Amino acid sequence: MTSGLWELVLKGIWVTVQLLFLSALLAGAVSFVVGIARTHRLWIVRFLAGFYTEVFRGTSALIMIFWVYFVLPPAFGWQLVPMWAGTLALGLTYGAYGSEVVRGALNAVDPAQREGGIALSFTPWQRMRLILLPQAVPEMIPSFSNLLIELLKGTALVSVMGMGDLAFSANLVRLALQQSAEIYTYVLLIYFVIAFLLTRVMRGLEKRLKAGVGKRPEGDRSKLALRREMADASAGGGTGVGGIR
Amino acid sequence: MKWDWSAVGDFMPHFWDGLLVTLQALVLGSVISFALGLVWALLMRVPTRWVRWPVGVVTEFIRNTPLLVQLFFLFYVLPEWNITFSALTTGVVAIGLHYSTYTMQVYRAGIEGVPPGQWEAATALNLPLRRTWTAVILPQAIRRVVPALGNYVISMLKDTPLLMVITVLEMLGEARLYSQQHFQFTEPLTVIGVAFILISYPASLLMRALERRLVR
Repeated sequence: MTSGLWELVLKGIWVTVQLLFLSALLAGAVSFVVGIARTHRLWIVRFLAGFYTEVFRGTSALIMIFWVYFVLPPAFGWQLVPMWAGTLALGLTYGAYGSEVVRGALNAVDPAQREGGIALSFTPWQRMRLILLPQAVPEMIPSFSNLLIELLKGTALVSVMGMGDLAFSANLVRLALQQSAEIYTYVLLIYFVIAFLLTRVMRGLEKRLKAGVGKRPEGDRSKLALRREMADASAGGGTGVGGIR
Repeated sequence: MKWDWSAVGDFMPHFWDGLLVTLQALVLGSVISFALGLVWALLMRVPTRWVRWPVGVVTEFIRNTPLLVQLFFLFYVLPEWNITFSALTTGVVAIGLHYSTYTMQVYRAGIEGVPPGQWEAATALNLPLRRTWTAVILPQAIRRVVPALGNYVISMLKDTPLLMVITVLEMLGEARLYSQQHFQFTEPLTVIGVAFILISYPASLLMRALERRLVR
């Protein structure tokens, strides 16, 4: 491959990274707004948020992208710049998946925490901001990390609409060189490296957030804690299920 | 915004053709992913790391790279190696392979969820390894993972429109073809969008019901 072709690939990487960043921001915002709305006390708010989730999870991301590109412009007279159209379609779709994560994590917070907030006469918004979210957010990170990888894979879909991302640049190089094995192997490897970096960053974030509420990340227990658990298990082994603990 | 019902009527015959291809791809892709996922999951339990390590790397690689690029890879690179499949076969293989790396994790969780007492009982009864797997472990593991596998079938359904890019005329392919011929984009695209919701939402309700019944 010549350096000119590599330049094409580099531009593609840059577009993919930009699109990933913007749609991840939008998806994050959507998932928190919709996810919190699904725990609202008014049924109509819960219903609308649930309806949104089912519609956007029910249909395919590629169809959403087609819809934003082809139906939105004639129907409403909007013509979006490709980057924003891609961001909108991906952000709304993956935001719907993310809202399930947010809702699940909020529901998993110990009910006593919410009751404590009521007893201290916090307003609903204070309860959410000061009690529920700080405990729920660290629990969301592993699921969000998986979703982020799905989103990265989703960004390749915009190349179908002719946006010059990494998958699109692969196609251009294939046409220029008249052979595909080499370039597609490189492009798959580049996607894999990006995904690997993302999981690393998310794992670091999880560690920091969990340290903030006094927890350890999953699967990362110190030797001391493990030994203590083993000691507990062997000490409690004799008493069995009915034993006093 | 103009909505033209006659365009919907004209599109419907194409829609049914597309639906048939979508369902074909879905069923065959599911079969491949279920079978291959089980193979991966079992290979990951082989005692030597010379098997586990390559299988782990390959499946991790397939899971973390876009299905779209994998489709292009199979569609353009295999003919260079003198292996030619039809577009639909290529698509089915790609989807099956991609999702087998997800079902593999489902099977793994199912196998690990079988209580250790079952393994010990199989040893105590002196069952050979093969019988331990086929008669004791797998029946219990698979029963537990049916709803999770079903959820991946729904995800797979939502990824079948990707086959359009390698010239398979499934639902989205038919819609695009019709749009380009008649210059009406709104109706066909909306029809298939609604069709996807109408299929996948009841299916996800079914999986939730199955989960309540099978997993306890």
